[in-house]
Amino acid sequence: MALYSDKVMDHFLHPRNVGVIEDANAVGEVGNAKCGDIMKMYLKIEDGIVEDVKFETFGCGSAIASSSMATELIKGKPVEDAMKLTNKAVAEALDGLPDYKMHCSVLAEEAIQSALEDYYKNDPAAKK
Amino acid sequence: MKIYADNAATTKMSRTAIDTMVKYMEETYGNPSSLYMIGQEAKEALEEARGTVAKVINAEPREIIFTSGGSEADNQAIVSAAAIGAKKGKKHIISSAFEHHAALHTLAKMEKEGFEVTLLDVHEDGLVRPEEVEAAIRDDTCLVTIMAANNEIGTIQPIREIGRICREHGVIFHTDAVQAIGHIKIDVKEDNIDMLSASAHKFHGPKGTGFLYVKKGITLTNIIEGGAQERGKRAGTENVPGIMAMAAALKEAAENMDSAASHVRGMRDRLIAGLKEIPHSAINGDEEKRLPSNVNFCFEGIEGESLLLLLDQKGISASSGSACTSGSLDPSHVLLAIGRVHDVAHGSLRLSLGEDTTEEEVDYLVKSVAEVVKYLRSFSPVWRDLEAGKTPHIL
Repeated sequence: MALYSDKVMDHFLHPRNVGVIEDANAVGEVGNAKCGDIMKMYLKIEDGIVEDVKFETFGCGSAIASSSMATELIKGKPVEDAMKLTNKAVAEALDGLPDYKMHCSVLAEEAIQSALEDYYKNDPAAKK
Repeated sequence: MKIYADNAATTKMSRTAIDTMVKYMEETYGNPSSLYMIGQEAKEALEEARGTVAKVINAEPREIIFTSGGSEADNQAIVSAAAIGAKKGKKHIISSAFEHHAALHTLAKMEKEGFEVTLLDVHEDGLVRPEEVEAAIRDDTCLVTIMAANNEIGTIQPIREIGRICREHGVIFHTDAVQAIGHIKIDVKEDNIDMLSASAHKFHGPKGTGFLYVKKGITLTNIIEGGAQERGKRAGTENVPGIMAMAAALKEAAENMDSAASHVRGMRDRLIAGLKEIPHSAINGDEEKRLPSNVNFCFEGIEGESLLLLLDQKGISASSGSACTSGSLDPSHVLLAIGRVHDVAHGSLRLSLGEDTTEEEVDYLVKSVAEVVKYLRSFSPVWRDLEAGKTPHIL
């Protein structure tokens, strides 16, 4: 039995949407280095759609995989859907995480929430 | 390339140890407590092994108790010394902040039983200061337990000097020598050691076997009650195949110690020199006073578990003091004890080399670690902030 599922390993070894969006209009960062996990999400939202999303993560394998999966789950989706992304959905899409790694999926959810809060702060009119 | 660089976690059994083990499973499988021939043969072999082990550390055979490993030996040593102290009303124990959990958790248990424990600082270089041991000794101190070499950062403690101080003050001195035995010279008489713990699988012996050296005159408290094995101090049918294999492995390690240590030390220094080239990295623990096999670094801006997983992909087995590798929220207590802040301690890597490590392998290790660190930094928000000057570099 490996530590992680094949899905987690795939997203860890080949993370999707890695990097920075220079002209992002929604940026969120959660976690802290003291605890060993930091996730930063960059979203480019246009006409209520998450047109592009990228991430940077300092953390363990499951933190990187959770970030990667979360970006895939919201890319091209309406902001309302991104708002509803749960950590459970991230973990399920990864075919599960070890119990003590579930907080990594929570962090991914929070990073997106944080970015969306930033978006609404920048553009209050966008909030319905 | 496949490189096993986690010899501090466990070692591959030597051919000699495996062959010996098989012999005592296949041929001389009798119970040493049985009176018939095959039992008595096992008994004789057991005593021969006791003699072999004793000789390597310059002890008497009767001063060796076989255990299930280092943890059991640590538990029994501490509990025994505490019991001796308690009889005289002495309930103070001195140890260090970066002992193995086998010692620290036993000490925590003793605290619950009314003992007071002083954990000495190990400073930035990972070394206990003998003068601080002496200053901490009180009239009611019954035990000083300081490891011979640290399991994570490999720093070799001044046990001879600490032992001398303990002798002068009439305090029992125990050392957890699990990482040291078979790798560096330890002489219980010259090093003034009263009790010592060792584990076979750290020197190419089998897992589940170890020993406790107890200086004549010190009464042990049983951890396991039952039959009269091990002079009545450790019940249970002796693990004859394991013990025989341990003795064979230790004899071999002792015979080859000088040449092996000098080779491994050379590989270690080459590896350290190579890893130092990685920007914003730092070695953990004193560079000279460390086990010949131990290399431990912190790399800023990355996390240890992802480092290990990526090294694994390159065929490299290593370990880290990151919280994520332990299942707890805090990084290694050893790294925190030498003053590494959490942020940096999460990005640690331990590479512990073997006697057969080659220059080519060391060069591959350096190249691989450099690549993986660079890659992980490329999308680390922590590294971005460090490089942008938003947060100051620590290393």
